[in-house]
Amino acid sequence: MSRKFNALFDAMDTFLRTPATVTDGRCHVRDAVDMKRIMITVMIALVPALVFGWWNVGYQHFFAIGGQTALWPCLWYGFLKWLPLVIVTYVSGLGVEVLFAQIRKEEVAEGFFVTGFLIPMIMPPDVPLWIVAVATVFAVLFGKEVFGGTGYNFLNPALLARAFVFFAYPSVISGDKVWISNSPDAVSGATPLALVMNGHAEAMPTTWELILGTIPGCIGETCKIAILIGAVILLFTQVADWRIMIPVFAGGYVTAMVCQLTGLCPIAAHDQLLMGGFVFGAVFMATDPVTAAHTRNGKYLYGLLIGILAILIRTLNKGYPEGMMLAILLMNIFAPLIDWCVVQNHIKRRKKRLEVRSKK
Amino acid sequence: MKKYLGPLSKDNPILVQTLGVCSALAVTAQLKPAVVMAFSVTVVCACSNFIISLIRNTIPPRIRIIVQLLVVSFFVIMVDLLLQSFVYDVSKMLSVFVGLIITNCIIMGRLEAFALSHKPLPSLMDGVMNGLGYGLVLVVVAFFRELLGSGTLWNHQVVPDSWYAAGYLNNGLMILPPMALILIGVIIWAKNGVTER
Repeated sequence: MSRKFNALFDAMDTFLRTPATVTDGRCHVRDAVDMKRIMITVMIALVPALVFGWWNVGYQHFFAIGGQTALWPCLWYGFLKWLPLVIVTYVSGLGVEVLFAQIRKEEVAEGFFVTGFLIPMIMPPDVPLWIVAVATVFAVLFGKEVFGGTGYNFLNPALLARAFVFFAYPSVISGDKVWISNSPDAVSGATPLALVMNGHAEAMPTTWELILGTIPGCIGETCKIAILIGAVILLFTQVADWRIMIPVFAGGYVTAMVCQLTGLCPIAAHDQLLMGGFVFGAVFMATDPVTAAHTRNGKYLYGLLIGILAILIRTLNKGYPEGMMLAILLMNIFAPLIDWCVVQNHIKRRKKRLEVRSKK
Repeated sequence: MKKYLGPLSKDNPILVQTLGVCSALAVTAQLKPAVVMAFSVTVVCACSNFIISLIRNTIPPRIRIIVQLLVVSFFVIMVDLLLQSFVYDVSKMLSVFVGLIITNCIIMGRLEAFALSHKPLPSLMDGVMNGLGYGLVLVVVAFFRELLGSGTLWNHQVVPDSWYAAGYLNNGLMILPPMALILIGVIIWAKNGVTER
């Protein structure tokens, strides 16, 4: 029995921990920073943004209906909105993972824990649960498993799930009804980004509101302070690489500045970066070690292009206010090419050096 | 007989040779244009295979591609005119893709690989079977795309209104060409899973 469903048993046995049973033959040198620890670090880094997200979902709801916005009811309301999302995500996603591990006779990899944690954070609070399940299955199946499972995916599965919802069911993830949970008809629930991009300059929040995150949006994306706490954790533990994170902001800022100065976009450059999912994407999505570029110089280029493309998509295409998602997915596809060019360039340089030396 | 049935199963032009994929992506958003397209390609493929096979010994090898194109385009124009006169709405829907049958790699591929070296009747059979093999994939893809993307089949609504009332939504991605590519990929996956065992 346990042999037959080994993948499932093994997954239960090693759930978020390494069991004490170890190989007793010749020694294996293993680094303590294995995939489990990396995944747990990312999840810890996500917690501040998540807790704020709970509160904000409740706050936006009670604010829209004109009720009391006390701390605990808001937090509880948001938590109850988030809980079914995360359960559905894990059940459907892990179902696919276990199934494939079983067919391939492999262990269930931990890769899905972060993906399943991220997916509810980048969805609107009221998204129908069956859509979340379909999107998760699609993302895990076609983003990851058909390419060989965790570590072989070239697209970020969490973003793929969001992109699937964005293109397949646009009515639940864009427009002005979805970002505030159970909003009354009189209140527009559009994100400020979408409103300003479509000519409602008066909907522009103050910079302070953008940083604090008391605006409608995805569950995890609004509070920049909470995200920056996560960024500090990720950078300090070196789970994420600053060589990706910093260029994303640099590229985004320069492009936003150009757009602002040429009059393409009415939003100030620093506000532009704080709106929508730019910061969240830069910190948690672009830095995914599997799908990002791997070479050192490649990482700079990869990050820079994400920042530039995200702002360009936002400004030039009013239908896609969330350019960050599309920019990261696009650069995920180009990351192997960037790496290849960097490596080829390196080889060429070394060869040239060798030729110069042999001539002397 | 058995050797002609290959295109329908384990030697399918789309699934094995990955030919004709572009039109398979373009015309499969709904079942009706897909069936009409499958029919058109079958007719063009069979007829041009037959004609080229008849004159295969008189075509100078150096200009054979031109001659083939000439024959194929003759039949494509015939089919296009037929569609315009009998099923005008579908002809409108298919628009440029009927004309583009000329460039369908399955047809040129069969002319080069089969008709130039076989007798007319086997060539005709080969053309029909390859056209049907192409059509089979088209119809399967179009079935799922129309069902999941529009909730209809042959323009009749099949997803009940009560589902929509309960919150069911059509999958907009199914209407877009990328999903057709993924569906063809899934069919290839399933086919390989069966034939490689």
